[in-house]
Amino acid sequence: MIHSNTLDPNFKFLIAREPGGENIKKCFSCGTCSVGCPIREVTERYNPRRIIRMALLGLKRDVLDSEFIWLCASCYTCFERCPQNVRIPELMNAIRNIAVREGYLPSSIKMQLDLLSSFGRLLEVTDFENEKRRELDLPPIQEKTEDIKKIFEKLGLHGEEKIEE
Amino acid sequence: MVKKRSKNSPFNPQYTLFLGCTVPVRALNYEISARRVAKELGIHLSDIPEFSCCGYPVKSMNHYAYLLMASLNFALAEKKGLPICTLCSACCGALSEANHEIQEDEALRKRLNEDLYQWLGKRYEGEVRVTHFIRVLQQEIGVKRITEEIRTDLSSLHLAPHYGCHYTKPSTIYGRIEDPENPTSLDELIEAIGAKSIPYENKLQCCGGGVLAIDEGVALAVARSKLEYIRAHQADAMVLLCPFCNIMYESNQRKIEKVYSTEYKLPILFYPQLLGLAMGIEPDELGIKMNRVRPTGLLKKIHMKAG
Repeated sequence: MIHSNTLDPNFKFLIAREPGGENIKKCFSCGTCSVGCPIREVTERYNPRRIIRMALLGLKRDVLDSEFIWLCASCYTCFERCPQNVRIPELMNAIRNIAVREGYLPSSIKMQLDLLSSFGRLLEVTDFENEKRRELDLPPIQEKTEDIKKIFEKLGLHGEEKIEE
Repeated sequence: MVKKRSKNSPFNPQYTLFLGCTVPVRALNYEISARRVAKELGIHLSDIPEFSCCGYPVKSMNHYAYLLMASLNFALAEKKGLPICTLCSACCGALSEANHEIQEDEALRKRLNEDLYQWLGKRYEGEVRVTHFIRVLQQEIGVKRITEEIRTDLSSLHLAPHYGCHYTKPSTIYGRIEDPENPTSLDELIEAIGAKSIPYENKLQCCGGGVLAIDEGVALAVARSKLEYIRAHQADAMVLLCPFCNIMYESNQRKIEKVYSTEYKLPILFYPQLLGLAMGIEPDELGIKMNRVRPTGLLKKIHMKAG
């Protein structure tokens, strides 16, 4: 049961102000997204129509705290088919961006941030890879960069305090 | 009129090759074969060792950080005066979308550049073009030219094309190059090398790679469904154009077999590997040895041996 006193009527406006979330209020719940969704096909846990409905109703905490917002594969099937141009994969990212800001960050996602921060890539390139590349006559790759770490630090990602200029 | 190009013609396409995170560590066979066929077809690929992640993984965490990461790479390519050519479809999609957003929004571009300059000493004016290696083959080399280069008979091969997601979508960002609900470019490229491109039920389905980090079981279930349909059609191999799809269908094929107590042994090849074989290039020069599911039967069918 949903208690109306727990709903946050401003949640949809918060999402609509986020890049990618602009069109959330256009959704008329036709279900085209859920029907063609490859994730929905294999698990009941992900249902884009339901997530959008929950967000529009104002179930802020239930949405931000959920695992299901992270299950969108960004395949863009629904993006192409949505008759209301809700741009669902971008909308899911908008919701996730809010979730991250409010401290709901799944550990596997946090790990990706750590890897990117340390190496500038999701997968580390070491002397081993570059030696292999040399043997295969492939050009070398810069092994790590501090640039991504700097971007994260400046934007206060990584769960650290935002660094003031 | 089709321009007749030699290997060193001034009309040859020139790009800087964007490898991304996955290719240099998990899909060297894709890189080797792409560079090899590019050399043969007169596509000039230069390198920028300082390229970092395209920004795709960060899009879900912080949109602005994603745009900055993409801009960092654009700044490097712009300085070199070359368009970007990716091997990974997710890189192509993420970079194309970021580029579109940056080019359309002047205020955003100004803000990005202020931060980019102050923090990292770089600028991006919005002048870089982004494309995918397979698009270069399709649009700039073309099916006709590819047909002329064929030296090996592949007519006995039945190949299952996998377009993946970010190669055709979002179609508005890609300027509607082809209908994402009925794409044909990879089928045409497969037919161009003399093989048969087979239809199958869920041809346009996603590999599931996008949720691998979040929920492996779900990702494997998505990948499995396609392997099932392709097996039913007795394809000799599945043809890919994205290294992350390869992680799902090849690197994880054994795991899927284990979880679902079944066996596929389906060879997974990158299109440039097959193109190279058709052009008469030795399997060794196309990184075929690195394919985890050995395409021994496929090579035998076309009278070639793995090195």
